[in-house]
Formats: sequence, C-alpha cells, structure tokens
Amino acid sequence: MTAEPPPGDTFAKLLQHHAAVRGQRPAFRHKDRGIWQTWTWAEVHESTRAYAVGLARLGLKRGDRIAVVGSNRPRLYWTFLAAQSLGAVPVPVYSDAVADELAHVLAHAEVRFAVAQDQEQVDKVLAVQARLAQLEQVVYDEPRGLRDYDRGRLHAIDDVIAAGRRALAEETDATAWLDGEIASGSGRDASIILYTSGTTGRSKGVVLAAGRCIAAAADTVVFDRLSEKDEALAYLPLAWVGDHYLNFAQALVAGFCLACPESPDTVEQDLREIGPTFYFAPPRVFENLLTRVMIRMEDAGALKQRLFHYFIGVAKRYGEAILDGRPVPAGARLLYGAGALLVYAPLKNMLGLSRVRTAYTAGEAVGPDLFSFYRSLGLNLKQLYGQTEAFLYVTAQPDGGVRADTVGPPAPNVAIRIADSGEVQFKSPGMFVEYFKDAEKTAEAMTPDGFIRTGDAGVFEPDGQLKIIDRAKDVGRLAGGALFAPKYLENKLKFFPNIKEAVTFGDGRDFVACFVNIDLTAVGNWAERNNIVYGSYQELAGHPLVYDMIGEHIAETNRALAREPAMAAAQIRRFLILHKELDADDGELTRTQKVRRNVVAERYQPLIAALFAGDAAADIATEVTFEDGRKGMLSARVAIRDAAATPTPAPVLEAAA
Amino acid sequence: MNGPGPNETAMRKAEPRAERADGAPSAPPGRSTGEVLLAVENVSLRFGGVKAISDVSFDIRKGEVRAIIGPNGAGKTSMLNVINGFYHPQDGRITFKGETRSKMRPSVAAAQGIARTFQNVALFKGMTTLDNIMTGRALKMRRGFFWQLWRHGPAMAEEVEHRKFVEEIIDFLDIEAVRKVPVGKLPYGLQKRVELGRALAMEPELLLLDEPMAGMNLEEKEDMCRFILDVNNEFGTTVALIEHDMGVVMDLSDRVVVLEYGRKIADGTPDEVKRDQKVIDAYLGVAH
Repeated sequence: MTAEPPPGDTFAKLLQHHAAVRGQRPAFRHKDRGIWQTWTWAEVHESTRAYAVGLARLGLKRGDRIAVVGSNRPRLYWTFLAAQSLGAVPVPVYSDAVADELAHVLAHAEVRFAVAQDQEQVDKVLAVQARLAQLEQVVYDEPRGLRDYDRGRLHAIDDVIAAGRRALAEETDATAWLDGEIASGSGRDASIILYTSGTTGRSKGVVLAAGRCIAAAADTVVFDRLSEKDEALAYLPLAWVGDHYLNFAQALVAGFCLACPESPDTVEQDLREIGPTFYFAPPRVFENLLTRVMIRMEDAGALKQRLFHYFIGVAKRYGEAILDGRPVPAGARLLYGAGALLVYAPLKNMLGLSRVRTAYTAGEAVGPDLFSFYRSLGLNLKQLYGQTEAFLYVTAQPDGGVRADTVGPPAPNVAIRIADSGEVQFKSPGMFVEYFKDAEKTAEAMTPDGFIRTGDAGVFEPDGQLKIIDRAKDVGRLAGGALFAPKYLENKLKFFPNIKEAVTFGDGRDFVACFVNIDLTAVGNWAERNNIVYGSYQELAGHPLVYDMIGEHIAETNRALAREPAMAAAQIRRFLILHKELDADDGELTRTQKVRRNVVAERYQPLIAALFAGDAAADIATEVTFEDGRKGMLSARVAIRDAAATPTPAPVLEAAA
Repeated sequence: MNGPGPNETAMRKAEPRAERADGAPSAPPGRSTGEVLLAVENVSLRFGGVKAISDVSFDIRKGEVRAIIGPNGAGKTSMLNVINGFYHPQDGRITFKGETRSKMRPSVAAAQGIARTFQNVALFKGMTTLDNIMTGRALKMRRGFFWQLWRHGPAMAEEVEHRKFVEEIIDFLDIEAVRKVPVGKLPYGLQKRVELGRALAMEPELLLLDEPMAGMNLEEKEDMCRFILDVNNEFGTTVALIEHDMGVVMDLSDRVVVLEYGRKIADGTPDEVKRDQKVIDAYLGVAH
C-alpha cells in the first residue's frame, strides 16, 4: 500500500472509483439460503445508483436524515451509500433498541425516511410514528409478514431499486442528474450521524464529515497494510462507530470485501466459513470464546486434554516472542512448530481465525492473561483506544509494539495530551464536527484550542504508549486515602470464566465490596458436572456452593492485589452474587454492554447498604423489563459473604501456572 | 458471538400483536375465500365400547385458521387423526378438495396435501435440522432409489431443488444457526419449530397442528404464533390447530369448533364461542 490520497472525498465517490478500478472484485457477501452470495464492486455500484434514484423519487433530498434500523445486511450498507450519493445523512440505529430508544433517536434526528430490515423493525418504527412528525416513508428489506400492511408509505428496497433502475434506463436526464448529485457532494458534508450508546444519560448524535472519515480510514488502512485482498466479517452493530469505521469506511477506502453473516446467531459458523483477514472483537467476545474452548476441553478425552495443556504451556512461554520476532532458542521454536501443527492451527481454525492478519480489541481493558493467550497462539491481536467523537482511532498498537496493559501510541496524525486533571485529550483527522442539535454539549466536549476531552484518565508510559486507568470521574479513594480504581478490580474479577460481570464499590468507604454476576454458561456447566440442580438463574446464583466458588475467586484476586503496593489496600472484603443478570433492557448496561455504574448503585442501594453494614443477607425488589417491553417486579433475598483478604505486606509466591 | 446458549436472553423480540400500529391488520389475517376445503360430516369413531367421537360435523374453509378446542379427552387429537387418515371412523364422511372418502391411509392423505405436527415432538433425534426437514420432501421426490444412489444426473438436480426449498423454510423459521445440529440437542421450543418446518416442506394445503405451543415459554409462544400467522399469510396455507392456550386460540383463529366428550358443542368465531354458555360450562364446570 502507498500513502497516496484517497480517490474521493465522499464514500459515493469512492464507490465510483472501485467500480472503475476493481469492478469485478467482490465487494459484499451475504449468506442467504445457506449459500454465500457475492456482489462485485460494479454490481454494488449499479444497484446503489438505482437505489439512490429510487429514493430520490420517493422524495429524499440533500440534507435529509434517513434512519437505518437492522442488522448487517448488504442492502442496509447500500442504503448508506445511496443516501450519501444524494447528500442525505444516514442515521443507523441499534437493531435491539427498544421502541422508546428508537423513538428518541429518530425524533431527535428528525428523520424523513426510515429503512428497516424486517417486519420486527418496521413494527417498531410504526409503533412510535406518532412521535415522529417528520417521518414520511418507510422502506424495508425483507418482505416476510408485511404482505397485509398499508402500502401507502411502505416500500420494499427491491421495488425502490427497480423503480430507480427503470428511471435510469428510460429517462435520458436521470443519469446526468445523479452524476451531478454525486459530484456536488463534498468532504465537508455530514456523512453520517452516529448516536453514542450513552454511558451517561440520553444518547447524543455525533456528526461526522465525509472527508474526515475518509482521511482517518486512509491513515489506518496504510498503518495496517489493508488492501483489496483483505476481507472482514461485518457482524458488529451497524450503529456502532466500530462497524462504521473498521468495516464500512476501511472497506470503501481499501476496496476490500465485506461479508455479512447469515443471521446474528450464526456469526460463529460464518466466521469459520469466511475466514476474515481483519477482525475486531471486544474483549468480551474473546473471553466468551476462551471460556467455551476451556469448557469443551474439559469434556475432551484424556490424551487430547494433556496435549492441549502441554502445548498451551509451550505457547505461553514462547508464542508471543515468536510473534514479535524476538530471539527464541531453536529447540523452543521446533516445539512451538509442533504445537502449531497439533493444537494452535486447528484451534484457530475452529474459531475462524486462521487467516486473520490483523485483529484488534478495544472498548474495555483486556485481561493480560486473556490477551497473551490469543497472541501466544500466533494471532496478531492488538489494542486500540478510540471514541465515536474521534471516528474511532485515538491510539493503536503497531505490529511488534503490543502490550496488554496499554492501548498504544497515538494513531497516525493524532495529537494527544494529558490535561492537568489527568484527562486524555486529542485532536485527530476523523474528529467529529458537532453533536447534532446540541451546541452546548459540543462546546463542553471541546477545549478552547480545539482538542476533544475524552473523559478518560490516562498516563503515558516511558515507551510512548498510552495507558487508560479508568473513567476520569470513576477513580476514587477509600476513606483511608488509598487509591480505588473500580474498573481495575472488576477487570481482574471478570477474567475468571465463572464471573460475567462485577461491580465494585469503595469510593469514600472503609473497604471495597462488590456485586458479582455469574456466567450462566460456565457456572451452569460446572453445576451439571457437580450434580447441582437448579431451576433458574436466580436459584443457581444463590447456591451456597456457587458462593464458595466465587469466594475462592475473590480470595485469589486479593492475593494478586496484595502483591501490588498501590492496590493492596483495595482488596475486596465483602461480596454478594446478584439474583439477576445486569441487562441493557433495564438500563443497567449500555447497548454495548458496559455497566452503568450510577444506575446500578441506585437500583441496588439496599444491597450496597447491607454490604457495608456487615449484614449476612439483604432483601431486594427490582423492576425488570421483559423482552416485549412489559415490566414486572423481581424480588429476592440475597446472601452476603466476607471474602478472604491477604495480609498486606505478604510476599506470596506462587508457581507460575 | 455466542451460539444459542442458555444465557442468550436476547433472542428474537416478538412484538405483541395487539400493539401493532396502523399499517397492520387488526383482525386475524387469514385469507379465507369461503370455499370449503375439508368437510367432516356426521363422523363417529369408537374404540371398542369407547366413543371417542360421536356424530361430529364441521368444515374447514380454504385459507382460514381453524381451531379445535375442548377439555382433556374431548376427542381433539382423535379428530385430527381421523382427518389425516390415521383412524378410520365407523360412520360419517370426510370430503377433502371435493373428494369424499371414509377410509384413507395417512400416506394418501399426505400425498393429497395434508401435513401435521404432533403433540409430542416426533422428529428423528439423531438427524440434523436440515435432514429432518428434508424428509418432509420425501413424497415430492420423483426419482427412485436407484437414481438416488448416483451422485450426478437428474436425481442430484432434483436434490438441489429440494434443498433450495428447505433452505427457504429454514430462513422462514429463523433456524439457520441450528441447520447442522442434531435435533436431539436442541431445546424443546426449537424442536417444535423444526417439526413445523418438516410439515411445511410437504407444501401442504392443509396443515394440522396438534398443540404447537405446548410446553413453550411466553417468548417461544409469541414466535410460534408469528410463524403460524405468516404461514397462513404468505403461503395461503389452511391451518387447523389444537391448542389449550385460549389467548392464542382467540388471537390466531378465524373460527373455532368446540368438542366435549366427543361431541361438538359449539362452532363459530372466537367471540361467539367465548360467549357460548355451553362452552363456559364445559370449561368451568357446571353444578349438576
């Protein structure tokens, strides 16, 4: 790859370019009826043009907002391109958003058009249309179940494309008109509005300009040497900056192929079949994968188990050094080669990671052991740090410069500084223009000299890599003055496969206490093997033996904390296991599955009080939201236990596992 | 990224039908034309001295969703077994697509376009979802055993056609993720869905569903309701179903026939049946 400027300042122009330069190369794939269907750049270009004309005939104009609701489907990506061809601004919405969230975004963005994937999403849009004064037309991808709906304002994408195609074929000026529309698009135009998941409060619409998006993506395409030969599986939520950047923007800059999974449930199989070369997953996904590999290994035969554990040990010792090109004894190299043949390659193949050249993880701190596990298998897993406001990249680790506890040096052309408050601030090529219709919030997010405040506390390591400690506002102190970094503790706990989520409390308190969510897959499997009968999540979570097991995990975490002088005082003294899973539908997690700390603290106030009061159990009643939007009350008596703490200046030495 | 594990709470979200805004039909959709597809006339069925069905008559119109309800032992499943030729009634006549018969083998009924699912799931547990649904195509295969031994030629081309049809069903029922999973490993709700898939593979004109939602949780029931409505809507398939969940019956069906002790005690639209004193007595009991 060369660093020549991208051949266009809008995505519509890039599409034209690819159709001309690599028209016959695959642009999109989608598994449909069990078979991977492929569209070339030329085909996508032709369909998108027809689609744009069709949308224009329905009344879509430059500057209009058009909502896109659904999962990763080629036609929904084409909707982005068709809308951008006309200068309209797509507003993708999380497909699992409940009606109220959907209404908020659509109303705030004042969308005139909504494109929905299927009947489920159409129903959601229609259910809230009374609150959407500007909404005029609804377009859908999958016709099933929509036969008897009122056709007045409802159109199939295929019909819209067909109408556009007819117009382009029959009307002499249609082609010239469309060319004019595309040509008059500029890099300064708003390209997309991404609504943030909103860790705090209502989500905000981040307006990104086309030229900046493309400039940022062009930088990272060079950074990771992406080319038309690469391929990615587009399984991340359409409305998330990660999908729009890593998949959509990078694919359109580099001209690589974007494969859409058959359905959200089949991602794992699709990953195996496609074998992407570029892969992104949040740490949570890597954790789940590892958990399930470990569970399956426990069911494997004795020989396979021994082989697996022996070679994973070999990989732990030498794998990362080999990946980074550091010197390794010849014998170890040979042993690692044997391991690759017998264990690592088949394992990566099972996970669909065989062809991955560059993999990233971000969003949460990743457990060092988890991170090294994948890297030691030969997977080039790196970390990046990013924000919607930056159009993703703020920092990224280069090949060979990877550490588990940092997020890398500034990405190309990004300027970073640490404010006196410890907050990380940056200026980047892809930085956002404004929050849509919210000048006040926009002003809050930017410093007077044009840097963006991230709200994250961080420090630069001597080697120039940035280390994010926590949200700036979340870092606190115990009553005794010792540092309390909740996320740091929670991440340590979450590394245990049995612990799905943990929330610690300690700011201004005498000691640290925590809530634990067990992982139903891992603990359920453990229960099965130990003949523990349970009827529900709640029953399993409250089981004394489960408490014993989690207590042991916390004791182990405390032993590790005791070895770190800065953290030794923040050992976890008391804990409880929550009777329900923290859930985004109840507002306890964001849609990207991050804990909303203040919501949890408020909802479970009685439990927190009991933790610090030294009670042995506490009653709690919480409102839960069911999948269909109805609400109910869930009450339980939750047991509380003390955790074994390790005396502070105790040099505990353990054999490296 | 997870497969369908036990902690996958966020499966499909079924919107409650009642809350659908405009654009959607408010009444049950069926596209009944008024033409009678199947008529049951004065049918009686006895097992030795036990009268399972006595002198029951009703009809099923083309394109409607017809529910058969009644207390336990009312003869509902027997009625379905009579319709698809598994039981032979001692008296009475059954007219399907204008053809009257009193005795018929199930295979003939199947060939004529009657498919069914069972109260207890009756799938081949060791076979995958895909293979189970493929068995539903067996009657449609034109090439014989010897052709099928050959991996090329007409039998293969035919297989490809059938596979395509089966893939449509897999897509329709949202079971892509378990395409290659042996059905014995699937949760009960999904097995029911696969069974429906197998019945659909026969491209039936009349689909008989024996308690399609038995043992399902609320979400699975909502999904199943949606599938039954969509089958009726998209393919115009006539559906006759036995169901105990009254909410489901009232929501789904165009007309309801009520049996008690083998006799028909009511027949009409859900609203009529709900108000019928005999039906209320049958369900709630009556002082004698």
